[in-house]
Amino acid sequence: MKIDKILVVLPHPDDEVFPMSGTLAKHISEGSHVTYACLTLGEMGRNLGNPPFANRVSLPAAREIELRKSCDVIGIQDLRLLGFHDKTIEFEPYTYIDGVIREIIDEVVPDVIYTFYPGYGVHPDHNACGAAVIRTVQAMSHNTRPQVLCTAFPTDNDLGKPQVVNDISDFIDQKMGALKSHSSQFRIPDLLKSWNEEEEVFMKRIKKERFWIYPFEN
Amino acid sequence: MQLIDREKVQARIDALKGIELYIHMEMTMGAYTSHRDQSVHPASNFIKNAKISFEHGMISESSPYRVGLKMNGGWVYCEGMTHWDDKDENRLILSGNTKDGKLIAALQLSKNPF
Repeated sequence: MKIDKILVVLPHPDDEVFPMSGTLAKHISEGSHVTYACLTLGEMGRNLGNPPFANRVSLPAAREIELRKSCDVIGIQDLRLLGFHDKTIEFEPYTYIDGVIREIIDEVVPDVIYTFYPGYGVHPDHNACGAAVIRTVQAMSHNTRPQVLCTAFPTDNDLGKPQVVNDISDFIDQKMGALKSHSSQFRIPDLLKSWNEEEEVFMKRIKKERFWIYPFEN
Repeated sequence: MQLIDREKVQARIDALKGIELYIHMEMTMGAYTSHRDQSVHPASNFIKNAKISFEHGMISESSPYRVGLKMNGGWVYCEGMTHWDDKDENRLILSGNTKDGKLIAALQLSKNPF
């Protein structure tokens, strides 16, 4: 079923890869228009390589290039860099950050928003980003609200079964392309080691993308 | 980034003495560390674009280096520096990078904000 307009709101370049790059590529292949609002440029990322290929000053530009490549591979038509600072999303005044998100929602008029499930993102920026989206959409009148689909880690949590499970096997090339675009952040052998997973298990797991529909009140 | 050349870094510190500077200083163990191991008490910090000036500054003898900047009535201290940007002639950009490619500490000084 085709969804006309999708808004993705995530805090860091590369957040789109594992949770949703296959899903987004699928939507785009079906004719959806995707706007990706990326809050920061991942300025405080620690993966700088050995020997380091960048420093704190040069890292944001490098991550922006990687993000644009990832968007190209997935097919995302509209990327917005919102200029917030990595690690500080939870400290931004709510009226300010919610206002920025609301402006984009009012402009794009998405049918669906993809973001993090607040409280289930592990990283404080993930949680704060999800929380800002939920606050903003909660404040909208119920008949104008887009559906909000949330990603959560780990996938076995107390939210119960995800309402949406997408098999994105047909779009695994786009997902792997997006992963490889963020070459400063992801190295597959390191990922397998840190998740203690065999490559076969890893490839099988990443072919499914899971989302919870956020339950708004009234 | 290159491995720190102690003499050259000391010369750069000396050149920034007595000037109003913007500082970026951080230390981090990573946002996911205590997610992976619950027994780890997470701690990290950063200060970005605060203004300081120092009267005297020094870098220690060997890697991982310590840097101390003596201010009027205060101090800037960091430990763990391994690399620097030898191509930047105006700013001081130091970082501490582990063998597995992770930044754990940084100290940066500039006449302009970062």
